[in-house]
Amino acid sequence: MSIPSNRLLPGIAATALLVASPALWAAGTGNVYVSSEDDDVVTVLDGENLEKTDTIEVSERPRWLAFSPDHERLYVACGDDDSIDIIDVDKGEVVDRLTGIDDPEIFAIGPDGKHLYISNEDDARFTVYDIGAKKAVTQVDVGQEPEGVLVTPDGKTAYVTSEVANMVHRVNLDSHEIEANIVVGNRPRRFALTEDGAHLWVTNELSGSVSIIDTESNEVTDTIEFDPDGFRPEDVTPVGIKFSDDGSQAFVTLGRANHVAFVDVASREVQDYVLVGDRAWGVALSNDGGRLYVTNGLSDDMSVVDIDERKQLRSIPVGRVPHSVVVDTASE
Amino acid sequence: MRANRRRGRDGRCLTAALMLLAVLTAALPSSALAQKDDLTPFAFGYIGWDDDPRYSQARLDQEFQGEPWGRPVAGARVAIDEARFPGIAAGVEFSLDERQVGNTREVLAAIREMRDQGTRFFLLDLPPGTVSRVADEFAGEDITLFNVAARDDRLRGAHCQTNLLHTIPSDAMRNDALAQYLVSRQWNDVLLLAGPERADAVLADSFRRSAERFGLNVVAERRFVLGNNPREREKNNPKLLTSGLDYDVVYIADTQGEFSRRANFAVQKPRPVVGSSGLVAQAWHWAWMRHGARQLNNRLEDEADRHMTAYDWAAWVAVKSVVEAVQRTDETGHGSLVDYMLGDEFNLDGFKGYRMGYRHWNGQLRQPILLASGNWVIARAPLEGFLHPDNYLDTLGFDPRESACERPVEDAS
Repeated sequence: MSIPSNRLLPGIAATALLVASPALWAAGTGNVYVSSEDDDVVTVLDGENLEKTDTIEVSERPRWLAFSPDHERLYVACGDDDSIDIIDVDKGEVVDRLTGIDDPEIFAIGPDGKHLYISNEDDARFTVYDIGAKKAVTQVDVGQEPEGVLVTPDGKTAYVTSEVANMVHRVNLDSHEIEANIVVGNRPRRFALTEDGAHLWVTNELSGSVSIIDTESNEVTDTIEFDPDGFRPEDVTPVGIKFSDDGSQAFVTLGRANHVAFVDVASREVQDYVLVGDRAWGVALSNDGGRLYVTNGLSDDMSVVDIDERKQLRSIPVGRVPHSVVVDTASE
Repeated sequence: MRANRRRGRDGRCLTAALMLLAVLTAALPSSALAQKDDLTPFAFGYIGWDDDPRYSQARLDQEFQGEPWGRPVAGARVAIDEARFPGIAAGVEFSLDERQVGNTREVLAAIREMRDQGTRFFLLDLPPGTVSRVADEFAGEDITLFNVAARDDRLRGAHCQTNLLHTIPSDAMRNDALAQYLVSRQWNDVLLLAGPERADAVLADSFRRSAERFGLNVVAERRFVLGNNPREREKNNPKLLTSGLDYDVVYIADTQGEFSRRANFAVQKPRPVVGSSGLVAQAWHWAWMRHGARQLNNRLEDEADRHMTAYDWAAWVAVKSVVEAVQRTDETGHGSLVDYMLGDEFNLDGFKGYRMGYRHWNGQLRQPILLASGNWVIARAPLEGFLHPDNYLDTLGFDPRESACERPVEDAS
């Protein structure tokens, strides 16, 4: 697991020169990428020792991050510059920009790597974007303040939340029509899909819960409520969600309640609440699946949580208002 | 179980829509499962004065803090627009029936007419006396009136009505929010200045209650008048009105806004001004950015070409309350919606970060209050450390023990 070449990196980062450099990161390095909204950078941490190895300058207000399917590119939504920047993962620098995308916050990449699916918060639209042609293919009207986007692994269906309409829209990606409007909890934010594709979990920020949608019937079949000790209900604001590698556990970041909930997927019971930093939103799994990385937007750091021990090992400063975290795992 | 019924309906809509799509090969990009014809109309009534002095262009141009900067109907329109998808899912199409009338008689006639057409929920942008008169007139009828503009405490107290809900916060709530802030800063000694209007005296009374409730000390109370008459300078000059004693802060009760806006930075001592100028307690402020506020502000600006105020927010959240009830109950009957809105399950997102609901004892929407200086929100009340056994939001305004409202509590729910 050792990556000797990384020893060179602190020096390079310190010079802040983003010159074309030799391929230092290969796909599956386990390196950690964190966007910070107020610094306009993506911070890179070594996947093994979590030392900061680089900061990649991007456009204004970087938020959502997603790798291309081959992990050679990292896409960064930069809301205040109306662009999605494209980082060459090996070079560690922005090599291209998709511009003219209105205030992008969250997007998903299709399994073919050719399309982006973007929620346009201010326009109440869902945009299908052709990366190669650098233009929108189509736009679909959705409820106000669309947020989370998830595309199924077969590339046939997208799910989009509307924070204001309290619903999940199911969009057919062949016809670009809405197939179902599924009413969930209040202010739905983000998704995770079970490995078998049968259940879609969606976080409800203002209801303090997760709704579980049966993807066959498009019905909410279960709801998981969170109430960690010592927090007012209004502070329990679930946003980020991730399943463990084996699919047995779900990890839900609880925002202002400064905890990550550990949920047993089979029984749908909350097993534990683990303390992290202030306003925990983003969540990612380490390369070996043993640790969680959680971005804390109001304490400017990232928590490292041991999944077996169910406790925070350390927190690492990662720039101002860290939004999202992704890990360069082996290509999926 | 309720949820299951709702989803049953979704399933039917889906089938219908898919059949429709099969026919309409060139489907519209905005097609969203239901066609307009399938939806049952659901109208809200909106009533304001056609010749309202608050909306004279000369006054609007001043942009007084805490006062409307345009008719709040703009907020209702934004809410109707937001309700499109929830409406489709519930099988209804929400709309707004906007009326401007000239006097109380016409208000009553307009409501009767809309009621006869099936409208059950009305937004009133009217002065407190008229609100009270209208609520009394329709007492016992199955309609609900939302007060979106009148802040007078008495509407939540002795003059309350079962058919009347308030989305605009009362003066008591606003003053409690300010009082919490003053206590948190240890600005305990307050000089109270009140204007010549009857409404100014009412506002000053409300502040005195808040001061007592939170342990502030009103060191003196002085009346101001408007004008530059040198013979009245002891009463019209902010410097002279604030000399000769010590205090931590000046509270100004000025519903007209003329005096208070020139008092800021013009008092004798280097002390802050709060109340009708300086730091102003409001239901909403355009500089509030959190909890989706930025997007809501943008939508209102697109609609009305101006910043959003507390009054727009109050109209917006009134419509949103009913839409939330329709979405969660999958019902459209007046009785079930009101029961749900007043029940414990009701969880309204007002973009201020708390779960809001109506106080069953007086019909007031419990909500955080924003404390804003001209172009920024300094704090949100309830402030840290102000606790209430039931709900922290009930540290603002009249809680059940203080309520003078004898609103019959419907315990149907």
